[in-house]
Formats: sequence, C-alpha cells, structure tokens
Amino acid sequence: MNLNEINKLINSELTTKIKNTNIENNELSIDVKVENLYQVILFLKTDEKCKFKQLIDIAAADYPDEENRFEICYLFLSHENNLRIKIIINFNLDEKIPSITKLYPSANWMEREVFDMYGIKFKNHPDLRRILTDYGFDGHPLRKDFPLTGFNEVRYSEKDKKVIYEKVKLEQDYRKFDFDSPWEGTKYIDEIKNKGKQDG
Amino acid sequence: MAKEKKTMNLNFGPQHPAAHGVLRLILELDGELVEKVDPHIGLLHRGTEKLIEHKTYAQALPYFDRLDYVAPMNQEHAFALATERLLDIQIPIRAQYLRVIFCEIGRILSHLLNITTQALDVGALTPSLWGFEERETLMTFYERASGSRLHANYFRTGGVHQDVPNNLLIDIGKFCETFPKIIDDLENLLTDNRIFKQRNVQIGIVTKDEALAHSFSGVMLRGSGVAWDLRKSQPYECYKDLDFKVPVGKNGDCYDRYLCRVEEMRESVKIIQQCLKKIPSGPIKTVDGKVSPPTRDQLKESMEALIHHFKLFTEGYRVPKGKVYTAVEAPKGEFGVYLISDGSSKPYRCKIRAPGFSHLQAMDYLLKGHMLADVPAVLGSLDIVFGEVDR
Repeated sequence: MNLNEINKLINSELTTKIKNTNIENNELSIDVKVENLYQVILFLKTDEKCKFKQLIDIAAADYPDEENRFEICYLFLSHENNLRIKIIINFNLDEKIPSITKLYPSANWMEREVFDMYGIKFKNHPDLRRILTDYGFDGHPLRKDFPLTGFNEVRYSEKDKKVIYEKVKLEQDYRKFDFDSPWEGTKYIDEIKNKGKQDG
Repeated sequence: MAKEKKTMNLNFGPQHPAAHGVLRLILELDGELVEKVDPHIGLLHRGTEKLIEHKTYAQALPYFDRLDYVAPMNQEHAFALATERLLDIQIPIRAQYLRVIFCEIGRILSHLLNITTQALDVGALTPSLWGFEERETLMTFYERASGSRLHANYFRTGGVHQDVPNNLLIDIGKFCETFPKIIDDLENLLTDNRIFKQRNVQIGIVTKDEALAHSFSGVMLRGSGVAWDLRKSQPYECYKDLDFKVPVGKNGDCYDRYLCRVEEMRESVKIIQQCLKKIPSGPIKTVDGKVSPPTRDQLKESMEALIHHFKLFTEGYRVPKGKVYTAVEAPKGEFGVYLISDGSSKPYRCKIRAPGFSHLQAMDYLLKGHMLADVPAVLGSLDIVFGEVDR
C-alpha cells in the first residue's frame, strides 16, 4: 500500500463519512465531520488493509477568526504499511468531541492535554482532568486570546512563610515588534524554485 | 466473614531521587502490591509550545534543546527538518553528516545516562560514575562544535551553524576506538550481575500489541520485539547510506530494554565511524541567502548581504503556508514536530510529540500487580526526562 492507494481505498470505503482528502507535502490528510470521527477512526484501525494501529499524537489548533474556531488533528501510524495519516476535524466550542480512549488507550493523556490547553471537552472520556498546568489553574493557555505572560505568578513569601499566588505585575508590557516586511509579494521562495527549474 | 480490603495511598515524589526529575506518583498500595498508579505531571511545564508561537523560526530552535536536555541536538533536528520540508530546501551533504554524527553522540549520551541511572535505581553505584566520565567527554565534543555543553543550538534550518573546528572529527574518531571498551566494562558490571537481573528480568513486561496500543516508540517498542526504527523505515538525512543494525528484544521486560540500549550504543559508534570516513568537505548550510545569513566577510563588502542579515535577524525568514508532521528517531523514541505555518515568519502552531509522554502514561498498566520496589526499576527503564514530558 502506498499513499495514493490508501487515499483511493478510503475514498471508496468511506465516501459518505468524509468531507475530503488531500495529499500535501507528501502527507495524506482527511477532513471529517465530528459525528463521523469515531467510525472513521475505527475503520482505519480495524481494516485489514489500513492497520493504523498506533496513535502518534493529537494536536489541536485555535483559529479565533474562523467560523469553526478549533481544529484537532489526529496523527496515526501504520507499521505494516509504513504510512502516516492525519484526520482533521473542525468545530466550535459548544461541540463535544467523541473520545477515542476505547480504541487507543494512549489517547487518554493526549485528550487531557487538549482539554487542558484549549478547553475542548471529550464525550465518554474516563478521566478528563487538567494535566500539564498547575493545580487550580484557570484558563486555557494555548488559546490565541490567552496572553503569553499569563495572569498569575507564584513566589515564596518570606512574610507568610509559604508559596503565594499573585497577579502578574510587569514594569513593561511584553513587547511585540512588527518586523514583517511592508513590501507585498516577496515571493522569493517561488522565484528561486522557478529559477532553478529554468536553469536545469 | 469476608475481610475488608484496605488500601494505602502513597505519595512518591515530586522530590525523590528515583523520580528522575519532578514526577509525582500517587500509588494505591495493597500491602506491598501496587494496585493503581496516578502520575501527576506538569511540574516542569514551561509552555514551550506557546513561547514558540511568539518567536521566529530561528528563535524557536533553542527551545528544543531544553526539552530532552540529555540529548539536545536530536530534538533540534526534528524542528529543523520540519521547517526545511515546508521551505522545500535540501541541505548540503557535509551538513547531513555532521547532523548524523551529533545525533548519534546524543544517542550515546542519553543511553549512557539511562543505563547507569537505571542501575543506580536498583542499587548499583559504580556504573554511573564510569558512565558519567564518558558523558563528560562527549559533551566536550558538543562544546567544541557549538560553544555549549548542553544547550547547543547548533542546528539551523538549512544546515548547521558553523563548521567543526580542526581536529574535532579526529578526536571523535579516537573516542570511537576507546569507547566500546567502556561499554564492555559497563556490561561486565551489569549484564550478568545477579542482583541487576533479579531486579529487571520479567519486570514491567509489555507485549507487542500493548506496546502499539500505548503508542510506544523507540526502545520501548523494540524491546517488545517490534523491529521499527525511523532511521531504517523512514530514513532522513544520510541514514540510508549507512550500515547499521536495529537491535530488537524478545521478552519486552526491563532487562531486554537495557540490552537494546547497550547494543544501540555500539551501533551508534559504528554509525559515527562510518560518517567520519564518508564525510565530504564542502558547505555546511544551504547557500539560499533568504534562509541562511551571509558570512562576516560578505557583510563588510556587500550592501545586499547587510540588508539580508538585518532582515533575517529581525523579521526572520518566512515559511510557506502548510502543515507538516516530521519525526526523528530520538534516543527515547519517536520525537515529532507537527508544524502549522500561516506563511509568516513565526510558527502558527508547533505541537511537540514527546515519546516520554506516552511512555509515562502507561505507568498504571505497567505497574499493576508489581511490588513497590519495582516502581523505580520500571520508571528507570522507561527512560523519562521531564523536560520533554512536561514541555
């Protein structure tokens, strides 16, 4: 099996359940609706030809300006076929995502991390707690509207003889310089590539 | 009358020498038997992924040194490869060889630390004293190439920062001749050692299917008999021109994982020796002036070079829009970077896939039914470094 064959197989077997597939940068990614996610993944794992038995990672991303704010990308690996695949879902905050911990036990912590960082909730997750942030942490740090400096800081107080939480106080705000080139159309990468083609 | 079962909760860590950093385990014990393990992680969480979103690609690279700080250059490699794929640039052959040499040095660094501390966890002190001396030598090589023992920041998108100084490659070659003897010495201490075997054989067994289901990679997968190494199966850089074996375990217990690591160190030495023989002279980073900065000499004479230098260190290079997942075989397993670029000079999102995260997750599955004393043994063989687990 190679990437194109898998692509064909998925398109023929799962026609109604997927939105579209594309191969970009030599990677196959499949857009799926949230309600079909579980079935698509079940197929990929159990199908005789696919055998995507290993979940590599679950990566979320936040696009605040778009209609569907969040995107989750599931990365799978098939050792038999030596292939990787990406399943992508787009959705809004009010939607709950089906948990895949029953299919892949390792999804447990990965989903907890997504919940911790983005506040995305998973249905049927056995133990949806925060994982990386502090005990009692408030907010979801990887959202684009969460400031880099955060809200609270921690220090040991000599007066109280214990660790205390305080609001972040900065002498100067975090400075973000806009270095982006004001010239439009510096398409230098394409130019170089085209030039290389002409020479060769 | 049925006796009511009473369990005891025990807090292990976060400050415990066998916790390999800042791991807190909540253990539920029935006598000395472990019933349930709940690892609490995140005590070393520094928000690397968030920070990277606010830096240019060149500024983001040093953060990767601080993930798995035992083998820093291997993580840099994953990020450099990911950006190179988006930019679609090929790096010069000499740079590929240099990268492979330093990645394999990183592998030896990591395995040396793991083997010796695993021995320390089960009661053997000498291996760590012997092993750390060699690590010191290896870190001197890092220092001579990059100026820093640990946080090297040596790889760049498009190659490496600078060429290695005179004699460094010769000295690495000399090290490769003497080092196998050190591995033999370590093996003399441990491999047939009765105590070491009693503590590790048949402990923390993982079957093939379970290893796959728990997203194990690297030695954790190979120890269970799955012959899978990204350097062989999805080769990057010049690995396909190099001849090396992939050691595979049989039983999937702590002892097999130890044996795999020892063999991998020997293979790494062979890889380095082949690289030293084959390495050509030539440029060490891409000549594409839009990605790699001009040399000092050029700066003095060329206005163009000066402008480029300024733009590269303020705005940075822009990376075309796209999403890629790139993985390398780091010493601890598959280390991957999932990079989303929006076409600007800063990553829109950079998800780091750390092998230790999945391995640590399986603690509950691995330790159920084991004795309390096996906790550090299993933890040691998982090869956990908190820099990468917590990110």
